[in-house]
Amino acid sequence: MIITDSLATFGRYCLFMKRVFTLPDRWGVTARRTVAEISKLGLDSIPLVIVISLFIGAVCAIQMQLNIMSPLIPAYTVGLATREIVLLEFSNSILCLILAGKVGSNIASEIGTMRVTEQIDALEIMGVNSANFLVLPKIVGFVAFMPVLGILSMTTALVGGYLVAVFTDIFTISRYVYGLQALFQEWYVWYGLIKSLVFAFIIVSTTAFFGYHVKGGALEVGKASTNGVVASSILILFFDVILTKLMLQ
Amino acid sequence: MIEVKNVTKSFDDRTVLHNVSAKFFPGKTNLIIGQSGSGKTVLMKSLVGLLRPEEGQILFDGRDMMRMNISEQKELRKEIGMLFQGSALFDSETVLGNVMFPLRMFTEQSYDEMRARALFCLERVNLKGAEDKFPSEISGGMQKRVAIARAIALNPRYLFCDEPNSGLDPKTSILIDELLRDITREYNITTVINTHDMNSVLGIGENIVFINKGHREWVGCSAEVYTSTNETLNDFVFATRLFREVKEAHQLRAKN
Repeated sequence: MIITDSLATFGRYCLFMKRVFTLPDRWGVTARRTVAEISKLGLDSIPLVIVISLFIGAVCAIQMQLNIMSPLIPAYTVGLATREIVLLEFSNSILCLILAGKVGSNIASEIGTMRVTEQIDALEIMGVNSANFLVLPKIVGFVAFMPVLGILSMTTALVGGYLVAVFTDIFTISRYVYGLQALFQEWYVWYGLIKSLVFAFIIVSTTAFFGYHVKGGALEVGKASTNGVVASSILILFFDVILTKLMLQ
Repeated sequence: MIEVKNVTKSFDDRTVLHNVSAKFFPGKTNLIIGQSGSGKTVLMKSLVGLLRPEEGQILFDGRDMMRMNISEQKELRKEIGMLFQGSALFDSETVLGNVMFPLRMFTEQSYDEMRARALFCLERVNLKGAEDKFPSEISGGMQKRVAIARAIALNPRYLFCDEPNSGLDPKTSILIDELLRDITREYNITTVINTHDMNSVLGIGENIVFINKGHREWVGCSAEVYTSTNETLNDFVFATRLFREVKEAHQLRAKN
């Protein structure tokens, strides 16, 4: 039963995506909506990304120092390990899990409300492909802006660790900065950005799917929002495993 | 003219429309009436293509909607305007933005031309001066009028209205009814109104289709409602004491 239900949902998701990825009726309108979505989904997420990344970066650095205090381990390991955690997991997977809550619930509730207030029906009756009109700008906008958020998160998290060195005497600035530069692999940055692009697509498409297929009223919109965030979070973790296996091994 | 021929629509095991046939004429206010759950909303949604009946034909001036491919349906929908029960205005757009929306999507007009047309439509529904407000800032009656302005922006040949009076006070309901009737006559639109508002039935019903338990029970105009011997129709239309008295007064006047 669960398997057949899941397959049916996946089938509906594929059909939904087929409707989303058609040529827009009006390129100009879609372009304007995409810019608006970049502002709403991307720019408005910057404060959250900065706050979370700053604190997680600081906590990572402190934890590294406290847990690897050993004369056998070089002191610069704090910077190196913080950098690797941030580049490999935090600034893509964990950040996207957090953004799934903020951006995902916003998308599901917005589209869900449009469904229950018949705004989507109004678009359909006018002859507008509502899935394409509403969802494509969100996907394009958020996926396009995700690398900016990813790089911002990486930078801010490493600055968080740096501030720990500046304001405490847990470890020195020079050792931390040396650690950040030691054994650096550029591919890890690309790996993080590629993952974040995939996760951004998952967040928008999954929550939009749940919002678009709402039936009922306000209660169902809330449920769809929750279900969309949960489903996108699970999918992010699932694809994290797959992408890590594919790109790092 | 819109012609519905032997339309049947079911949901799972439950048949909601049984072999329904009806005609809706241009330049007339065509009403679909019936009790809640009688199938009138399903009929309306089938007419606009939001639901697909299992059997029958829906002909828009001879063009069978159910046999059209996607691009033909898309073209037909440009000729359709719809007024929803809850107005269905786009929250993120102003009143002007809502009325300009279909023009932006389906015409090659310049911004000034679209704005002029939208302002004309707003003026037609007596909403001059409200163009910069958002839907949340105006009353329910004004929202309905904005929705009418949006529906007529593209000069539709067919106008569908789902419960246009729901949630409105009697005075505003009459204003909306009169506006719909006037627009219908002025532009020779085939207007189909789904309602269970008895004021509308007796006031503007030029062609009334009464649906009962998924069947077409009765067809006529508002004058014929008073003289009809159909018990189900009489029970439905003259359910309240006020309307029974209206009927008695009407019959008395007819005698004299």
